Amino acid sequence: METLDFRFDSAPVSRAANPALCGVVGSGNLEILVKAGDEPTACAVRIKTSARGFGETWRAVLGSFAAAHAAGGTAIAINDMGATPAVVSLRLAQALADYQGGAQ
Amino acid sequence: MNSALTTRHSWFEATARRRLVGLLDAGSFREILPPAEAQPSPHLAQLDLPGAFDDGVVVGCGRLAEKTVFVAAQEGQFMGGAVGEIHGAKIVGLLRRAVQEKPAAVLLLIDSGGVRLHEANAGLIAISEIMRAVLDARAAGVPVIALVGGSCGAFGGMGIVAKLCSAILISEEGRLALSGPEVIETVMGVEEFDSKDRALVWRITGGKHRYLMGDCALLVDDDIAAFRAGAAEFLAGPTESAPSLGQLRARQQVLENRLAAYATYRDGLQVWAALGVAEPESVPLLDRDSLVALKEGLPT
Amino acid sequence: MNLNDILDRLFPAGHAVDVANSVITGQAQTAQGTVAVLGTTDAAAIDHAMALALADFILDTVEQQPGRPLVFLVDTCGQALSRSQELLCLNGSLAHLASCVDLARRQGHPSLSLVTANAVSGGFLSFGLMADQAYALADAQVRVMDLRAMARVTKIAHERLVELAATSPIFAPGAESYVRMGGIEAIWPTASAELLEAALLAARQAMPATDQRLGCGLNRGGRQLAAGIAQAVQHAGLGA
Repeated sequence: METLDFRFDSAPVSRAANPALCGVVGSGNLEILVKAGDEPTACAVRIKTSARGFGETWRAVLGSFAAAHAAGGTAIAINDMGATPAVVSLRLAQALADYQGGAQ
Repeated sequence: MNSALTTRHSWFEATARRRLVGLLDAGSFREILPPAEAQPSPHLAQLDLPGAFDDGVVVGCGRLAEKTVFVAAQEGQFMGGAVGEIHGAKIVGLLRRAVQEKPAAVLLLIDSGGVRLHEANAGLIAISEIMRAVLDARAAGVPVIALVGGSCGAFGGMGIVAKLCSAILISEEGRLALSGPEVIETVMGVEEFDSKDRALVWRITGGKHRYLMGDCALLVDDDIAAFRAGAAEFLAGPTESAPSLGQLRARQQVLENRLAAYATYRDGLQVWAALGVAEPESVPLLDRDSLVALKEGLPT
Repeated sequence: MNLNDILDRLFPAGHAVDVANSVITGQAQTAQGTVAVLGTTDAAAIDHAMALALADFILDTVEQQPGRPLVFLVDTCGQALSRSQELLCLNGSLAHLASCVDLARRQGHPSLSLVTANAVSGGFLSFGLMADQAYALADAQVRVMDLRAMARVTKIAHERLVELAATSPIFAPGAESYVRMGGIEAIWPTASAELLEAALLAARQAMPATDQRLGCGLNRGGRQLAAGIAQAVQHAGLGA
């Protein structure tokens, strides 16, 4: 298992009272937990992943997400069991939406 | 009954969290030890595997038909819903809490192959603790109801736990047994049990068979709303009675009688025929309501 | 050591047990009075017939011998692997047996189990681990699954499992792991009447027995998380 840490600048989202969880840690899948973070204009991400050696892919997918969506002011934790970039992006969007929508 | 306005939401396909949303009264669920306050299993990390924040089981409190219930929902998609140290401890804690707080019921949404091999000893002891805790909750007057309908079914130690519960609600998709067909095939050979013969697997371990044999109290459609309705029906029913010698003697007799009658059988078809079903081959094709009507019409 | 040797050592004052279909049922004398002796032998693969025979004997004891201690002797390779057994819901018969052990406890019968040779998975869950306390003889094999089979199923290299098993009781087969994790109270260097008498006395004094294994696993360091988590769930405040 590999642990990866990233930090991206991102447009701020309003701080939500409740964290949001999306997804399950099944084969080809991942879970994403979004909590309020320390820096309003940055998004901190920690990933634990079963697939080693994909650091640059994660950087690209997450970086692209943080640039295109408002995710600043969050701390994101991911447990991944080999999800594809498409699934990762989808879950990130769902998790952020849940976080902002106050769902959960 | 599904009206034209309601869509069926498959219990089988749903995640544990999705099942809880549909099972409980809207907005009533309060999770205990939510993911944001939890760490994944260090034992899995040591084996180089990512864990889950909830270690594969969601526990908490909510309402069903306005009655307070405690719930534990296993996530079958994570490690086969199997029980590890943290997972097991969450369930035990919930059952012990039930002895103190006496909710209307504890609902165990079982979706598990049993002991998590990666934490084998912790899992086995945890399941033993769950077994004791289920019996303690029941002895304290709190019904413990198992809901079985996920992809992992209720196997291994969780199959034993299911049968310790006050009642089991099962869907046609659900399976309830002890050893997995694959294990039996690996050790005893394909002649003994062809685990790839899905129809056979369901005739031996599936919801319809268990319901017809009386091992599950209620058969429901593979629909979250149907599980909700079934559970509500139970909550409205008779209260949990204290464990007694008389009850266990009666159970002993039932089990001895059916062992004597069916010991040589190898297929659900044979059992159903012996129960008085006129066309056993039709059972797998019947819808839920037809099967329930069939069972109710059988000689006792 | 065969069953008779074990019985002679545990019950020098006398014992009278039947063995039928690998199921042991009977009585024995101890300094504290007569005890029921029951269980399995010959690494029995527990099936409906065995589970029901044991359950029946427990119910007879509860009905006819108020307060008589139950001494379980455990030697099982696990559950029977059979299509016919699964057809009739083997997990149900094992649950029934477990319920009977629990009833005996509630009706004031102290209990203990002793693993004499093998204790595996479902076979162990159904009665050995349901007793108030479990013990094991020094050469007993206690496990869920052997490491080679575990490697096949988990797809983790056997060598890696062996390496970790050396230091972690979490999945390492062996009675020592179970002692550290709180599942087994102690290992007996040999079957002895002294150890049995002490265990019986402890069982009596602990009545009505509550499940102390979480705390035990924490104190002994084998399960460092479970007790705290169960406590946390039990006592967590629920937000509005």
